[in-house]
Amino acid sequence: MMTSRINAAEIDDPSMVDEEEIRQSPFWDWDFAFDAFPDIFMAFLEVTILVTVIGTLVAAVLGLIIAILIMVLPRPLAWCVRWLANFIRMTPIVVQLIFVFWAFVWMDALTIGIIVFGIHYATYMSEVYRAGIESVPKGQWEATTALSMSAGRTWRKVVIPQALRSTVPSLGNYAISMFKDTPFLLVIGVAEMVTVAGEIGAPVFRSTEVYTIAGLLFLAASYPTAVLINRLEKRLAYAH
Amino acid sequence: MPTPTDAAGTQPEAAASFSPSDTPVIKFVDVEKRFGDNIVLKDLNFEVAQGERVTLIGPSGSGKTTILRLVMTLEELTGGYIYIDGQPLTHENRDGKRVPVSKKDQKKLRTRIGMVFQQFNLFPNMTVLENIIEAPIHVLGQSKKDAIAKAHSLLEQVGLPDKADSHPSSLSGGQQQRVAIARALAMDPEILLLDEVTSALDPEVVDDVLNILRQVADTTNVTMLIVTHEMGFARDVSHKVMMFDGGHVVEEGHPDKIFTNPEQERTRKFLSAVLGH
Repeated sequence: MMTSRINAAEIDDPSMVDEEEIRQSPFWDWDFAFDAFPDIFMAFLEVTILVTVIGTLVAAVLGLIIAILIMVLPRPLAWCVRWLANFIRMTPIVVQLIFVFWAFVWMDALTIGIIVFGIHYATYMSEVYRAGIESVPKGQWEATTALSMSAGRTWRKVVIPQALRSTVPSLGNYAISMFKDTPFLLVIGVAEMVTVAGEIGAPVFRSTEVYTIAGLLFLAASYPTAVLINRLEKRLAYAH
Repeated sequence: MPTPTDAAGTQPEAAASFSPSDTPVIKFVDVEKRFGDNIVLKDLNFEVAQGERVTLIGPSGSGKTTILRLVMTLEELTGGYIYIDGQPLTHENRDGKRVPVSKKDQKKLRTRIGMVFQQFNLFPNMTVLENIIEAPIHVLGQSKKDAIAKAHSLLEQVGLPDKADSHPSSLSGGQQQRVAIARALAMDPEILLLDEVTSALDPEVVDDVLNILRQVADTTNVTMLIVTHEMGFARDVSHKVMMFDGGHVVEEGHPDKIFTNPEQERTRKFLSAVLGH
């Protein structure tokens, strides 16, 4: 593991480390795993889950707003929004995290993480929404015109509900993708789960337990989410 | 209602059999519709009187459906003027200049017009009842209670009293179209546009839908503009039939005359093709 290797190299006097003891230590130490679990789990809840949940909400709402703006704004303005969204989508999230972190030094790193993840994924989700909106048959729009429905009610009651039906699986996949990107928060010094796991493991040169726990926690959250999205998708399909 | 003094162009002939003294509910003046370079309608002039039921017949591609879609503002009018109750629907003629009317005015006029589509176009995410009460409540400002009561009576009228809470996907095509008719009628339209309403239906349910429309024609004074291939229905309900070809009115007149003794060879050919003799 990278973290323990770097830390080992940083130790001034290599003779202090009993290499023989490290080599002979068991591959897996249950006691250490149990000791390490609570701290890793807390970091998981307090940072990883928090950023993912709030970030997903921000992305889902903002993504929809972007998609609608691109469709309803006059040409030049719509073009600007689209260009900006493309720019954000086409640049790496790590660069964005570092950029915003240094551009807004007065802001708390965790807040920056949530905002950057939210905006970055909003640009992906806006494309999903756009496809969903375009999949609403023309006849639906025509029916709203024939009934003189207002633009607001047309979007809220007819277009968006029907567009969402086809977008739920993709939106869910982006949420999972964001979840798996949270370790990037390391670059702005947020102690998310993987960083915390490394910090616990490094001093005692044990990485198998901490990273396994981190990996399993990721799996424990992603897998049920994926199953849930799948169910939701099926239910939405039957409802119509 | 005052007749538009700014209406340019020639006055079309008065409706053949219908109180010509009324202000026309629908009036086309020099209407032109083109899609790119393709001219679908040209120099089209006609009037529909209050309560009149007019059927447009003709081969596909002759511009019949386009006429309905222009009245419903689903297509952009590229030339000429359409008046609803004497008021300009899309553009007004100010000293020979075509000036677009305000969105607000257009919307106000549009609430007087209802349309039933070939593909029903019910909202699949709403129940039958929600489909029917949506616009009466949020466009006309009716109370929810009144709108629901009216929806139930309309559902009864179209023979679906127990389907209020169903979703459109659980209904057959014929049932969906009957709901669509109820939805259009819930708006108390002055003008009802029927765009090939039976073309997507199984043959055995076509009569159910047509009978409901016959009943609407008999019991209300709603002005109807109808595009259909059901010549029997056209003959029963219309006051006037207009034969279209290539964006022009080939012939128009009382259905008895058009269907039994058309003057134009083109009409005769078309009728013998669709009636199969």
